Amino acid sequence: MENISTLQSERITRELMPQKFGKRGMIWTGALIIICLIGLYAYYRQLDKGLVVTNMRDYVSWGIYISNFVFFVAISLVGSLITAIFRLANIHWSTPLTRIAEIIAVSAIACASVIIIVDMGRPERLVNLFSHGRLQSPITWDVIVIGTYFFISLLLLYIPLLPDLKILNEQKNKGPKWMSKVYRFFGFFWKGTKEQWKISNKSVVILSIMIIPVAFCIHTVTSWLFATTYRPGWDSTNFGAYFVSGAFLVGSGAVVIAMYVFRRYYKLEKYITEKHFDKMGKAVVLLAFLYLYFNVNEYLVPAFKMKKPEEAHLTNLFAGEFATMFWFAILVGMVIPVLIMITKKGRKPLPMFIAAIMVVVGAWFKRYLIVTPTLLHPFLPMQEVPESYKHYFPSWEEWAIAMGSLAGALLIITFFVRLFPIIPIQETITEEHEKAITENK
Amino acid sequence: MSCNCNGNCEKNSRREFLLTGLLATMAVAGCSDDKTPFTPEENVALSGEKVKLLSVDGQVIEVDKAFLKPVPDLPTLSNSEERKGMPGKKFVMVIDLSRCKNLKKCQSACNHMHFVHPGQSWVKIYQMQDAEHTAPYWQPTTCMHCDEPPCVKVCPVDATFKRQDGIVLIDSNRCIGCRFCMAACPYSTRVFNWETPELPEEVASQHYSSETSVPQIKGTVGKCDFCPDMVRKGELPHCVSACPNGVFLFGDINEDSVTNGAETFRFSDLIKDKSGYRLMEDLGTKPSVYYLPPVNRNFPFESGLENQPAEEKTGSHH
Repeated sequence: MENISTLQSERITRELMPQKFGKRGMIWTGALIIICLIGLYAYYRQLDKGLVVTNMRDYVSWGIYISNFVFFVAISLVGSLITAIFRLANIHWSTPLTRIAEIIAVSAIACASVIIIVDMGRPERLVNLFSHGRLQSPITWDVIVIGTYFFISLLLLYIPLLPDLKILNEQKNKGPKWMSKVYRFFGFFWKGTKEQWKISNKSVVILSIMIIPVAFCIHTVTSWLFATTYRPGWDSTNFGAYFVSGAFLVGSGAVVIAMYVFRRYYKLEKYITEKHFDKMGKAVVLLAFLYLYFNVNEYLVPAFKMKKPEEAHLTNLFAGEFATMFWFAILVGMVIPVLIMITKKGRKPLPMFIAAIMVVVGAWFKRYLIVTPTLLHPFLPMQEVPESYKHYFPSWEEWAIAMGSLAGALLIITFFVRLFPIIPIQETITEEHEKAITENK
Repeated sequence: MSCNCNGNCEKNSRREFLLTGLLATMAVAGCSDDKTPFTPEENVALSGEKVKLLSVDGQVIEVDKAFLKPVPDLPTLSNSEERKGMPGKKFVMVIDLSRCKNLKKCQSACNHMHFVHPGQSWVKIYQMQDAEHTAPYWQPTTCMHCDEPPCVKVCPVDATFKRQDGIVLIDSNRCIGCRFCMAACPYSTRVFNWETPELPEEVASQHYSSETSVPQIKGTVGKCDFCPDMVRKGELPHCVSACPNGVFLFGDINEDSVTNGAETFRFSDLIKDKSGYRLMEDLGTKPSVYYLPPVNRNFPFESGLENQPAEEKTGSHH
C-alpha cells in the first residue's frame, strides 16, 4: 500500500514538474519579449514627448490605457472565484485549476498597475498619492483595494506553493543551478511539519474568506471611477454589479484558455480532464447569462426613456459609429459562446477553447466601449477644438503599449510555469491518496 | 463706483509703500558682512538720493537709495495662501447672453494672457440651440467654479481645490495627470497639457502659481481660474475687461455687486430682474457663474456667425 502510493507520488511529481521550453516555447517567449520591447520603446516616446503621442485629447481624455486597465482588473477577479468561492462552496474538482487562476490574477493585477501608471501625465509624481492622498477620491479607494487584492492573491499563490517547493528541492534532477536557488530562497523554511501544515491550511482559509469582499471591491470601485461622474453611459447605479459579473465571465474565459494550452503542451490530460472543461463550461454559461442580464439592464432601461444626453450615446452604440464593435462584443463575447457551451459537445476542450477566446476578445472590446463612446458625448457640444479632438482611434504608441502590457501579463505566466508546477503537486498527491483510501474501504 | 475705485487706489498706494519697506529690509539684510543686518555695507557708492522707509520698530527712516537692491523675483504668495484664498470674498460671474455676438475677444485675451496652448481655450463660446424650434444663441463659458465641484471631489491628491473665496484652482506642481477631473466635469471646462506648452522663455522659467495658472506644465490639467491675480491687483479678469460688449460681469456676492468695468449692478437685482439661471442646475454642482437669458438682444444671432470657423457654422442641437 505504502509502496504503491510512493510510486504514484513519484509519477505525479514527474508528470507535473515544470518543463524546459521546447522550440515552440522559445518562439512564444521570444515573441512576447519583442512585443514588450516595442511597448517599452513606445512608452519611452511618450515620456519624452508627453501624452501627445497618444490620440487622446481633451474630450476623449481616457482611451485604451484605461479600458485595458479595466480589462486587467476584470480578468484578475477569477482568482477569487476559483480559489476562494469554489473552495468555500466545497467544490473539489477545481483544485487543479487554483494555481492557474491565481497566477492569472497576480499577473493581471501587476499589469493593471503598470498600465495605469502609463496613463498618468506625471508618472514621477505617483508618490503624491501617498504623500497628498485624499480619501474621498475613488482613485484612492482603488489604490487601497487593488493593493490589498494583489497581496492576498500573492499569498494565495505562494502559500500553497510551499510544499511543492520542498518537492522540487528534493528532486535529483533539478535543472539549472539558479532554479534550485530560487526554490530554496522561497521555500527554505518549509519542512512540512504538522504545525506548519496547520498554519498554512488555516491561513489559506482565512485568506480565501478575506479575498471575496476585496475582489468585489476592486471591480466595484473600478466601476465607480466611471459611475461617480455625471456622464451619460457612466451615470448608472447598475455599474458595480455589471462590472463584477463581467469580470467573472472574462476571468473564467481566461482560465479555460490557459487550461487548454497547458493541457495540450504539458500533456496534462490526466490532470486537466474533459470533466474539468465540462464543469468550467457550465460555469461560463452561467456567468455569461448573468452578464447578459446586467447588460440588458444597462442599455435597455435608459433606451426605453431616451433622455436627451443618453440618446446620442445609445444610438451611437446601437446603430452608429460604434455599432459594429458593440454588436461584436455582445454576440461574440456573450451570445455565441453561450450557444457553443450550452451543449454537451460544446464543452469538449477544443470548442471550449475557441469559445473562451471569443469571450476574452469580446470582453476587451466591451471595456473599450464602456470607456470611449461616453467621452464623445459631453453635455456641452464639442465645439471650438481642432477636428482631431472630436474623434478617437488609438495611435500606434497606444496600441504598442497596450499590447505590450498584455504580452507582459502572458510573459509573467510563461515564466511562472517554467519555474513552478502549474498544477499543485502536493495537493494532487494528497487527493489521489485520499481517493485510494476511500476506494480501498 | 468711484468710491470703490478710491478704495482700491488707497489700498494700492499702501501696498506699494509696504512693498518698498519690504524691499528695503531685504536690501539691508543683504548688505551684512558680519551677519548683523544693520551694519552698512562699505563699498556702496552713495547716490545722495534718500528714500523714506518704515523701520521695524515703526519709525520712518531715511536711507540712501543705493542701499536698495531690486529683488528679481518678487516674493509671490505661498502655496498655502493660494490655497486659502481671499478672506471675506465670494466671487461670482454673470454672463449676459443678450449682449454676446461671438466676438471671441474674451477667448483671445484669456488665451494670450495665460499662454494657452494653440487649439485649446479655457473660455469657449458655444453656438447653442436647445431644440429644433428654439432660438439659437451664443453661450460663452468659463470654469463654473462650482460650490460642489465634481473635479475637486475626485482629485486623488488635492491638486485641484476649492478656496474660501469660491474659486477652484489647480496646483500644477502637484497634479499627477490622471485626468479624473476632466471626466468628472460636466461642463467640459478642463484642458490637458498633452505636450510641453509653447511658452516664451521668461514665462517658462517662472515658478508656477495657482493664482496666475502660469506657466502651464506638461502632463497636467489647466482651466479658467477667474484670474485671482488680477483681482488682487484690483482689476477685472481678462475676459471681462476684453469684452467690448460688456457680456461678462464679475464681482463679490458678499458685496452684492458685479461689474464689467463700465457698468456696475446690484447682483441680486440683476438676477431677479433678468431671470438669471445657472447651467445644469439639476446636477447639484452649484456653479458660481450665472447666465442672463438671450432676450431683447443687442445683436441678432446671425451677426456672430462671421466669427465662426466654416465647419462649425451648422450649429448644434442640444
